[in-house]
Amino acid sequence: MSLFALNRKLASFLLLILGTQAAIAQTPPPPAPATDEPELVEFDTSKTRSIAVPALVAPSPADTPAGNSAALGRQIAEVISSNLRASGVFETQGPNGLRMIGLAEVTAPQFGYWKARPVEQLVQGFVRVGGDGNLTVGCYLYDVGFGNETTRLGFNVPPREWRRAAHKCADAIYSRLTGELPFFDSRIAYIAESGPKNKRIKRLAIMDSDGANHRFITNGQSTALTPRFSPSYKSILYLSYVDGNPRIYVYDIDAGRQRLITQSNSPTFAPRWSPDGQTILYSMAVSGNTDVYKISASGNGTPVKLTSSPGIDVGGSFSPDGRQIVFESDRSGSQQIYVMNADGSNQRRISFGAGRYATPEWSPRADLIAFTRIAGDFRVGTMRPDGSGERLLTNSWQDEAPTWAPNGRVIQFFRTAKGSGKTSIWQVDLTGSNERQLPTPVDGSDPAWGPVLP
Amino acid sequence: MTKNTIKMAALLLASTALIAGCGKKKVDTLPPAAEGTDYGQTPTDPNANAAGQIIPGSQEDFLQQVGQFGDRILFETDRFNVDAEDQATLQRQAQWLAQYPNTRITVEGHADERGTRDYNLALGERRANSAKNFLVSIGVDASRIQTVSYGKERPSALGSDEQAWAQNRRAVTVTIR
Repeated sequence: MSLFALNRKLASFLLLILGTQAAIAQTPPPPAPATDEPELVEFDTSKTRSIAVPALVAPSPADTPAGNSAALGRQIAEVISSNLRASGVFETQGPNGLRMIGLAEVTAPQFGYWKARPVEQLVQGFVRVGGDGNLTVGCYLYDVGFGNETTRLGFNVPPREWRRAAHKCADAIYSRLTGELPFFDSRIAYIAESGPKNKRIKRLAIMDSDGANHRFITNGQSTALTPRFSPSYKSILYLSYVDGNPRIYVYDIDAGRQRLITQSNSPTFAPRWSPDGQTILYSMAVSGNTDVYKISASGNGTPVKLTSSPGIDVGGSFSPDGRQIVFESDRSGSQQIYVMNADGSNQRRISFGAGRYATPEWSPRADLIAFTRIAGDFRVGTMRPDGSGERLLTNSWQDEAPTWAPNGRVIQFFRTAKGSGKTSIWQVDLTGSNERQLPTPVDGSDPAWGPVLP
Repeated sequence: MTKNTIKMAALLLASTALIAGCGKKKVDTLPPAAEGTDYGQTPTDPNANAAGQIIPGSQEDFLQQVGQFGDRILFETDRFNVDAEDQATLQRQAQWLAQYPNTRITVEGHADERGTRDYNLALGERRANSAKNFLVSIGVDASRIQTVSYGKERPSALGSDEQAWAQNRRAVTVTIR
């Protein structure tokens, strides 16, 4: 019998938690419950599930640099509850309005009480401050109807990263109950906008996937556009007019320094990372003619030109396996979407609907390509990589530049208001439901969603 | 406001024979007064000397010599071709440049807001190059001309309508001090 199967008690559970520094340490996956395992149902966003999230218990409350652990227990529950609610799949209760639970209850829920509320699922947990000052967060998911535990997780985090423990817990619950991959514990780079329409101040900024931990990177003295997080989150590709001309830079977040991706007298724009972070895709206009190029991210490679049509070939996004690139071109007379091999061979058009098609973005799940369709208004939609199955997800005056959640289930984009030019960041489920605005301190555009953090 | 608009329209018709009467680019509402670059106006005019006179060869002089809106050519949606009317505008610019052979220029290419960001950057660059190529073809030394695309980032007219978009699809010549 495995060690894990023996551990039903909190005390022994704690012994399993492996602490590390930067990345969130997670316990090995818990064993599958022996009996009454509920079957995973097909993911269906039309069916919302009710889930209760009482405040996490702080067994011996202690102060931390991020506040008292008892307060953190409530805040973590609030983030879990808010993440799950925002996914559109769950109706959440708590922590406000729910009673405090006792420590013993964490591993032995009062199913009868919760059944009567009524709720289908229950999340309970604890926060403990360790001798090293780090937080240990335990997180348990129970099926109230079946009266059993379905998921348990433990995390060891520095107090300042308490939100990440909450996101990891919410991710585990979301994955368990929907069968989808996680996405809450991830970050977004975007352009924060302010000022009048003809003199817009545009700053590079980053935030967590729920808008928390917001941070401006550039000060707005020069226009910044179209950021992309590297897969490791260590750097950001973006366009800056810092020397007066549009050029792509790679910004090192820790060092706070940036460099040009390639020395060139020509404008460079529309940057993207390859999925492994080794290659940078970009567009460059030479004598007015724009083509798609790639270059090693190491900083000392030679650019490789991938397209050569006389029109505008621009943008581009790698398939998750890195073998193909989707991009846009007006070689046919108007903007349309094309796919090519990563070496530039076998270029073929895939969009044939009414209007123009722009800003293609390959889903991390490989099955779909998101795009902006321009037919009067701008709408965000998806199609399969062969161009079939086109669907439009939004309907507004100007929705532009989709970016995928790391699980390929949610799409973020920005919306421009007619007249004022004010921008805001929105997200929508793949089904077109649960459209909602992301909170940002000022206007926002050009969102770019990064991968799930380790 | 209506009165002012009419007044300004009348002024435009009187002063810019180049633009008036052309179906493609007729504008009923005027763009703001030409101001060199479309942003970053300085409160004191650096091109005027102490007596308030325009210095020959300056940006102010350029704007005065090429006439109102003579610093820019306009384009149709997604297009970048220089038509006969644009050529006349650029010829006047070239004449001025011939008088000041040491002056260099930047051609700023712009697009309207009804295009996606990256495509508009490419389109602005294409438009700026169209203007540059024509200027070179009529004798302006290519080394005197640089281009920059602002895509849809720096609109000249602020509305979200056909008239504003027509004014924003432009290539603007700015002298470099």
